[in-house]
Amino acid sequence: MLQIGTLHYLMVGAILFLIGLIGVITRRNVVIIFMCIELMLSAVNLNLLTFSRLYGLHGQVFALFIAADAAAEAAVGLGILIAFFRNRTTVNMDEVDLLKG
Amino acid sequence: MTPVATPFFFYFISAVAILSALVMITKVNPVHSALALIVTLLASAGLYLMLYAPFMAGVQIILYAGGILVMFLFVMMLVNIEHLYVEKMMNRQWVIALLAALVLGFLMLGALYKGAPSLPQQIVNHPEGTNSQEIGMLLYGPQTGYYMFPFEIASLLMLVAVVGAVVMAKRRV
Repeated sequence: MLQIGTLHYLMVGAILFLIGLIGVITRRNVVIIFMCIELMLSAVNLNLLTFSRLYGLHGQVFALFIAADAAAEAAVGLGILIAFFRNRTTVNMDEVDLLKG
Repeated sequence: MTPVATPFFFYFISAVAILSALVMITKVNPVHSALALIVTLLASAGLYLMLYAPFMAGVQIILYAGGILVMFLFVMMLVNIEHLYVEKMMNRQWVIALLAALVLGFLMLGALYKGAPSLPQQIVNHPEGTNSQEIGMLLYGPQTGYYMFPFEIASLLMLVAVVGAVVMAKRRV
């Protein structure tokens, strides 16, 4: 059977990233858009851990920082979401068009 | 050290991750999407374990699947989701999404196959038993603590995020 190498993991990371990208562009619900962003960050983490097998342990520390960033981003984003829902009573991204000319 | 993880495990875990990610972006109910995302993140933790990164696998399970997803479920409890069943789930940007995914996917494929020969050939599997200790030495060690200052910045970022989240979600500013 085929040996599992670096490229396999990178391909899985790329596929997960692309699925997250499609979700971000196509979905209308803000909560699901946030979840897709989390998925993309997790895919980047997978790439970093794959490269940490080749270039030393620093990639794992970088992945740790990305996880911390994801947590901070989710906290602030969900706070914004709650404030937005209180003002507009919707979570629909297509109705957020205040800046549309 | 003989690897326990056979190719079958890799393909199985990857298939679980990708299929549940697809379920996540196609479900109407955001609670179902969150549960599918939990499955994806747990499968990613399995992949991390296969990459000899047990500390990051634990962080993934505790922080992503345990912390962030629970926060998402709480927020879904605060916003009402009943009206989603009568509205359209997707917007009309399928063409743009497919185009962006295709362009980025071909870019990634090209980068992978062009760059694959220049990658180092030998793979160093870090010992699992001392993984957390080595990451801790990289973060805080007296000689090898390269990441002491970024760690402080990350903690400051967390503090700002906590304050910002409370200020945003507070009822009256």
